[in-house]
Amino acid sequence: MTRSDVKNPTRRGVLAAGGSLVVSFAMLSQAFSQEGEVQGTAPPAQPKPKLPGSLSGDPFLDAWIRIDAGGEISVFTGKAELGQGVKTALIQIAAEELEVDPASIRLITADTDRTPDEGYTAGSQSIQNSGTAIRHAAAQVREILLAQAAARWQVPADQLRAENGRVIRADGQALDYGSLVSAEILHVEAAPQSRLKPRDRFRIMGKPMPRVDIPAKVTGTPIYVQDMRLPGMVHARVVRPPRPGATLMDVDTATVERMPGIVTIVRNGSFLAVVAEREFQAIRAMRVLASSARWSEGARLPSPDSLIQSLKTMPSEQGVVAEKKGGGAPGSRTFQATFTRPYQIHGSIGPSCAVAHLENGTTTVWSHTQGAYPDRAAISEMLGIPPEQVRVIHVEGSGCYGHNGADDAAADAALIAQAVPGRPVRLQWMREQEHAWEPYGPAMLTEVRASLDQTGKIVEWNYDLWSNTHTTRPGPAGSLIAARSLPTPFEAPPAKLSITPSGNGDRNAVPLYAIPNMRVIWHFLPEMPLRVSALRALGAYANVFAIESAMDELALMADADPVEFRLRHLEDPRARAVIESAAEGFGWSRDPLPEGRGRGFAFARYKNLAAYLAMALELTVERESGRTRITRVTAAIDSGEVVNPDGIRNQTEGGIIQSASWTLYEAVTFEETGITSIDWASYPIMRFGAVPDKIDVRIMDRPGQPFLGTGEAAQGPTPAAIANAIRNATGKRLYDIPFRAEKVKAAIGV
Amino acid sequence: MAVTLTVNGKTQQVDADPETPLLYVLRDHLELNGAKYGCGIGQCGACTVMVDGEAVLSCVTPVLLLEGRRVTTIEGLGTRERPGPIQQAFIDEQAAQCGYCIPGMMMRAQALLQANPSADEAAIRAALEPNLCRCGTHMRIIKAVMRAGEAMRQNSRGGGAI
Repeated sequence: MTRSDVKNPTRRGVLAAGGSLVVSFAMLSQAFSQEGEVQGTAPPAQPKPKLPGSLSGDPFLDAWIRIDAGGEISVFTGKAELGQGVKTALIQIAAEELEVDPASIRLITADTDRTPDEGYTAGSQSIQNSGTAIRHAAAQVREILLAQAAARWQVPADQLRAENGRVIRADGQALDYGSLVSAEILHVEAAPQSRLKPRDRFRIMGKPMPRVDIPAKVTGTPIYVQDMRLPGMVHARVVRPPRPGATLMDVDTATVERMPGIVTIVRNGSFLAVVAEREFQAIRAMRVLASSARWSEGARLPSPDSLIQSLKTMPSEQGVVAEKKGGGAPGSRTFQATFTRPYQIHGSIGPSCAVAHLENGTTTVWSHTQGAYPDRAAISEMLGIPPEQVRVIHVEGSGCYGHNGADDAAADAALIAQAVPGRPVRLQWMREQEHAWEPYGPAMLTEVRASLDQTGKIVEWNYDLWSNTHTTRPGPAGSLIAARSLPTPFEAPPAKLSITPSGNGDRNAVPLYAIPNMRVIWHFLPEMPLRVSALRALGAYANVFAIESAMDELALMADADPVEFRLRHLEDPRARAVIESAAEGFGWSRDPLPEGRGRGFAFARYKNLAAYLAMALELTVERESGRTRITRVTAAIDSGEVVNPDGIRNQTEGGIIQSASWTLYEAVTFEETGITSIDWASYPIMRFGAVPDKIDVRIMDRPGQPFLGTGEAAQGPTPAAIANAIRNATGKRLYDIPFRAEKVKAAIGV
Repeated sequence: MAVTLTVNGKTQQVDADPETPLLYVLRDHLELNGAKYGCGIGQCGACTVMVDGEAVLSCVTPVLLLEGRRVTTIEGLGTRERPGPIQQAFIDEQAAQCGYCIPGMMMRAQALLQANPSADEAAIRAALEPNLCRCGTHMRIIKAVMRAGEAMRQNSRGGGAI
């Protein structure tokens, strides 16, 4: 690939200016949108003064915090608990600034009737957006309460303090918060500045607090949408076609109608579902219905053998992600390679589920969606009713790692509920439906060509990536399977190339390293042969894999230690600090290891603007089988000011294991007739036998710094650290994820 | 058709087709939430319960096989107010993210520790192999089971519950 290959690139990204990066963006981002994941958000005509976090979208304090006369405190967030522990962290933040016991706070999460619209819970932005908003709102509410008490007592506010839900005077007299609030005093717009508590007075933030949701989860308390049981509730199952685009020609409903417990069969265009009194009755009926359904051919899938390589020849639009010409000596040695990543699934352990209830003209949907408001927009468009007649309430589901089947299941349930008005419908996807129909993390192909000068520094970096969009979320009804199955199908909106600060397929495509000459191009593929959308970290997974693999090869070429080589190219002190911390904690060295053992290192700053994470790991490669097992990992993370250190640790350990599973084992398989990875046997993931012996997570303490988010920081560095360790152990570099045993064995030539 | 089941020490009649997998009887008829639907084909372990002290995949076990046998779910191990040793250990180790797989993990671990209270880390890893976790909470799950084993050993020395 040479520069002349790039014709008429879309110049929306980074412009060259005198050797330094000048970043310009196509659109202003609103605080509640997930940059890089949302298209078409129009910039406001006159931007208001910027309020902190999501306060900019919903500035009234009582949208976030309410205190009733009895002193009961309710905190509202538009974000949702996805298993990442966000509820606990948001309660910590609110309790800290409000000066109350965390146990006294009732937290209400994403609900279109009750909470602010904070878009999607995605992009590791809940603490940045909602946490920042709640922190400032809580601090301002506390100051209002102090001012109220000061007025009542006729004393200066600075002689009062807030403590444990009361305002206390120097002489010990106290007023409960409940007695200080009156109607409307919190119905005021937030100020841009808040009197935040200084770090040295923190009681709750920055300290590990046990997760508020865990006791319920270990005792079988109903907490998941799967556990909901409403009076009169019925059970539904959908019957899907053998592949997308197939339409329903014929089905024998009469046999199923005679089966025990059947309430109704829903046939609406190519949407087919069955409703029964009992859950297992619905499953049996679904099977009988599926066996008699006849479908049209539908869209054939591409040939699996050549798909990833053919990404390069598919029609594409080109976007310049970064371009910089800083001169310097020409490169003397060049590393060039192609890396790939297959389609991969979210694979939540519990398949998607939703409950929907049509009553008095309003459809209420309980869903584990990441975006209650966007989902409401999509469902109301599908049903052809105003959004006010749909309410979406988030209820936890199984772990969420991006855009899985949640929104589709919500739409399925909403559509089925229209056929049984007055009766709540619980719709549960089957395992094979989740595996076959959830939107996948897109396959990607990337090419690196980088050159070193005589002194062993990188002088030139060329990077090309081929990828679909990484977001096809609702919003539009055409994003939903149910809406696409109707007699007049909604169409999926065309995907658009957009270069944004936090990136999409191009997320983390630009190395953070100081390199004078750089060109990064996203070859955007509008055509989506398999259904794709957001999977944890979006393009950062494949891009950091490629960049950090290349960094390792360049270090070898320069005869440099990989850690020192990275530091050589990094100016940002926080980037350097995580690298030094991970190396030190791991006991990094270049000393040779016994045969079959290797160590690898990797680093990235997520989105180049969020959390910093470096990791070192050691693994063994069994020569006979090619089986790789990671033995120990040390990671260092800087996610800004720490709210709950144990939450950061839990998310980071989990991110490493999940990303290691993607890297070692995972690829969607398909034939032209349909998806073939439809269960855990055909799509294996990491099991206990392969889990590392030890994972250490070191947290950098950054008091007073903005929150940077945590959830996705480990996804990119992990595959690179693994590939680099396999290279170290075997002398062979792997370029194509996953590194299954047979591939490793073939590479090392045993 | 009625089936007689003993679940968490309570014997009761359930009006269900005898071929119905135990999972659906537990969830839909008895309104117990601990056993989860994950795959329905015995590949993930989310539905694991104990039957006569052994870990069993409730999604592939027809309820007709269970007459006269003792079924235990996590609801039978303790409550939020009085968690059992394994529940307390999972709380102490903060061994959950989404938590969906955790009840199945706990039931398999409970069966292991009842049979072998001194199970070491290797035995715990081997025993948990059939159970999948997608959040990557494995390190904490292992620690929690080791902690539970320690608590059970202490309890049994003191004559307490395991």
